[in-house]
Amino acid sequence: MLRIEDLHAKIDDNQILRGVNLEVHAGEVHAIMGPNGSGKSTLAQVLAGREDYDVTGRVLYEGQDLLALSPEDRAAAGVFLAFQYPVEIPGVGNLYFLRTALNSVRRQRGLDELDAMDFLALAEERMTLVEMDRSFMNRSVNEGFSGGEKKRNEIFQMAVLEPKLAILDETDSGLDIDALRIVANGVNALRSPDRAMLVITHYQRLLDYIVPDRVHVMAGGRIVRSGGKDLALELEEHGYIGFEDQAASDRSTPVGVTP
Amino acid sequence: MTAVSSEVRELASREYQYGFVTDLETDVAPRGLNEDVIRLISAKKNEPDWLLEWRLRSYLHWLTLEEPGWQNVHHGPIDYQDIIYYAAPKPKTELASLDEVDPELRAMFDKLGISLAEQERLGGVAVDAIVDSVSVATTFKAKLADVGVIFCSFSEAVQNHPDLVRTYLGSVVPYRDNYFATLNSAVFSDGSFCYIPKGVRCPMELSTYFRINAADTGQFERTLIIAEEGAYVSYLEGCTAPMRDKNQLHAAVVELVALEGAQIKYSTVQNWYPGDAEGRGGIYNFVTKRGKCAGANSKISWTQVETGSAITWKYPGVILQGDNSVGEFYSVALTANHQQADTGSKMIHIGKNTSSTIISKAISAGHGQNTYRGLVKVLRSAKGARNYTQCDSLLLGSDCGAHTFPYVEVKNSTAQVEHEASTSKIGEDQLFYCRQRGIPEEDAISMIVNGFCREVFKELPMEFAVEAQKLLSVSLEGSVG
Repeated sequence: MLRIEDLHAKIDDNQILRGVNLEVHAGEVHAIMGPNGSGKSTLAQVLAGREDYDVTGRVLYEGQDLLALSPEDRAAAGVFLAFQYPVEIPGVGNLYFLRTALNSVRRQRGLDELDAMDFLALAEERMTLVEMDRSFMNRSVNEGFSGGEKKRNEIFQMAVLEPKLAILDETDSGLDIDALRIVANGVNALRSPDRAMLVITHYQRLLDYIVPDRVHVMAGGRIVRSGGKDLALELEEHGYIGFEDQAASDRSTPVGVTP
Repeated sequence: MTAVSSEVRELASREYQYGFVTDLETDVAPRGLNEDVIRLISAKKNEPDWLLEWRLRSYLHWLTLEEPGWQNVHHGPIDYQDIIYYAAPKPKTELASLDEVDPELRAMFDKLGISLAEQERLGGVAVDAIVDSVSVATTFKAKLADVGVIFCSFSEAVQNHPDLVRTYLGSVVPYRDNYFATLNSAVFSDGSFCYIPKGVRCPMELSTYFRINAADTGQFERTLIIAEEGAYVSYLEGCTAPMRDKNQLHAAVVELVALEGAQIKYSTVQNWYPGDAEGRGGIYNFVTKRGKCAGANSKISWTQVETGSAITWKYPGVILQGDNSVGEFYSVALTANHQQADTGSKMIHIGKNTSSTIISKAISAGHGQNTYRGLVKVLRSAKGARNYTQCDSLLLGSDCGAHTFPYVEVKNSTAQVEHEASTSKIGEDQLFYCRQRGIPEEDAISMIVNGFCREVFKELPMEFAVEAQKLLSVSLEGSVG
């Protein structure tokens, strides 16, 4: 489904991604772990189409060149990013926003738009996945939401938009244990043979709830180690220290990029 | 008239110097402004002497004034002698079909979702639609007459209700008020007059739409609305169709009077020609709008959505004279391309426990410059007065600007005055968030802007609110990114 080849990204002369390679198949959940500043969030942003970066390399998504698409076209093609810091949009109702998004995506896919009633029925059904209260559906998008509510709202949006590739950027950060469980349950309910997920996290904790098929460690802007779910436990025990050294030594050997 | 100066009396009775008398049959006054032009206007309208005197007094005062220079807008000099101050309403050039209407105008109509019949009416096409409107207007007038509401053109009111006009004309905006109001007082052409009798709740929203002759009221419009004790009226001004007006200078005056317990809600959607993308052409809109809460427990509320004009200069305000009276001002002003707006509100607290609210939303795009200028004045007598002001500015792009000049003068220590202001740039983060969810960039901008304006839109009557939203989207098209 997704094949990333030698992906580099920099912003204002600051090289952040230094040759990421990764392959994800439909139905798989991949965890990307790593210390702060290792490039995890940048990878998520670049895949979603953030335009602030100078990007080189290749990303194939279902056979097409993902990097050539605008963010909205990527969304229409089924790429979803659950934001680490969901954005507030004052004055725009949460449900109104989501319906506009869904219908934009459906239009692009050649489907009929959902009318208000059908949409409401769908939204109410999906709301239960993240135990979301109806009352904040008509509040402005993320405005005045607690950290936990914002993250639940992201997963709720994902449940309505039904992406093929979901990228979860530190969805666990700032959550207490109850909120974490709710969010993880929502994510697990959305696992499907047709859907791939890229779960970005700093801590192993989330992976107790969302059990990944593969775990990758990012350090210094590249993936330095990959393994099964046990790799996460190993990291929990030993930390990222060894990996950072490894990234540093990798960088000193020529890889075609000057820091 | 008790205190008319001898000078004015002399002017008013003087013979026409330039032999204009015989020109009474002509339809257009000569270019330029002088006493004779004013006499001509007054004579054409068959006005009573007191009104001619009032016009002449205004004119003499205007001659002593200088065009104000304090506003934060820039434009070339206005040649007041190059304006034609009176032209009789001409029969409309009738077009045979919609195909003859300016295609750009039609495209705009389509975007606004205006019906075909409506397009024909607005485009000046002589078809049944006009006949329909006449009949609509007639049934409408009959319904109003049943409850005693007077709604007619200003000229008709001068003829049919001279005492009301004489009592209230200039009672809120005196002819000496400011340069443009004074000019208007001297040369005003026509406008609307509305009187709601005691205790009557006007059964429908009044709109210039229903008044066929409204289209030709011209550039110096004068509106007077009076709500007697306990009366209520909601008045809608304007039309979302772009007015391709050749008159560059517009100087209107609107006066509202609310007596005890009366409520007036005045909504405006203004979409006059803003000039082209390079800033050429466009209307200069210098308007004086003011309401007076003359009686206790009265309320006046202004709501405006301004997306047109090259220059907008207006400060709708309320004089809160009656105890417990309430003044409100809700505004959205959009400046795109090279538009400039200097707008805000004036709230003058005189009575006890008077309260006022100002919510101003300014949006700047392109090279647009948007200035909020407001005055909250609490006089010594206004015990317990309260004001809340909130000015929010939204910038789209980096070549536009937003400015805020709030003036506060408080002379009573029991008053509470609050001011909040914010300026934000339409966030890259917000845009990216919307686009990542699949919403195309232009839709996302319009959604964010509409959200920003929601507090104001919810004050507009329903169909106006819908039109205002569409209007914002159309006005923003192509102005970003």
